[in-house]
Amino acid sequence: MTPSDYVASSLLIFGTLFFFAGTVGLLRFPDVYTRLHALTKSDNVGLGLVIAGLAVQAESWFVVGKLLLIWLLVLLAGASVAHLIAKGAMRRGVQMWKR
Amino acid sequence: MQTIYFTLGSFLLLTLGAGIWRALRGPTAADRMLAVQLFGTTAVATTLLLAEAFGNAALRDVALVFALLAAVTAVAFVRRAWPGEEVECDSE
Repeated sequence: MTPSDYVASSLLIFGTLFFFAGTVGLLRFPDVYTRLHALTKSDNVGLGLVIAGLAVQAESWFVVGKLLLIWLLVLLAGASVAHLIAKGAMRRGVQMWKR
Repeated sequence: MQTIYFTLGSFLLLTLGAGIWRALRGPTAADRMLAVQLFGTTAVATTLLLAEAFGNAALRDVALVFALLAAVTAVAFVRRAWPGEEVECDSE
């Protein structure tokens, strides 16, 4: 393995860990709002790290640009969807979790 | 590197399988939609890993389509398909 392989694999493994954390949060947290918080943030970071890891190995700048575009699209969509779902849940009277 | 791509891809698929539990369980429609969002993001990551593993550039376009579809699905759900009456909330 070359040094860039090491960098890429550690980025990929970190990214996967963030995905894992997001899934655990989705399964374990008590209501819609907390699940939204776990899911949208950690998944976007996880995807960012996975894409960074793949970009280190990419064969051309064209591929790097495409990977970055995919990440930006997911970021934009994730942020807007999180706000839409949270506001929709508020307006439909979904109760917030209280201890 | 091939092994790492395949291992991480399979691991992501496993977390997807765990996420199905939330989609089945609910309890509200929004929770199911959140599981679908998780599927969207994880599917993008898995497809990108597979694109690198197989050396198949077309799979990157598939990932792009996944990202786009996840966004459109969620917006369509919130604006059109979410059951329940909307009321103005007082925290605005």
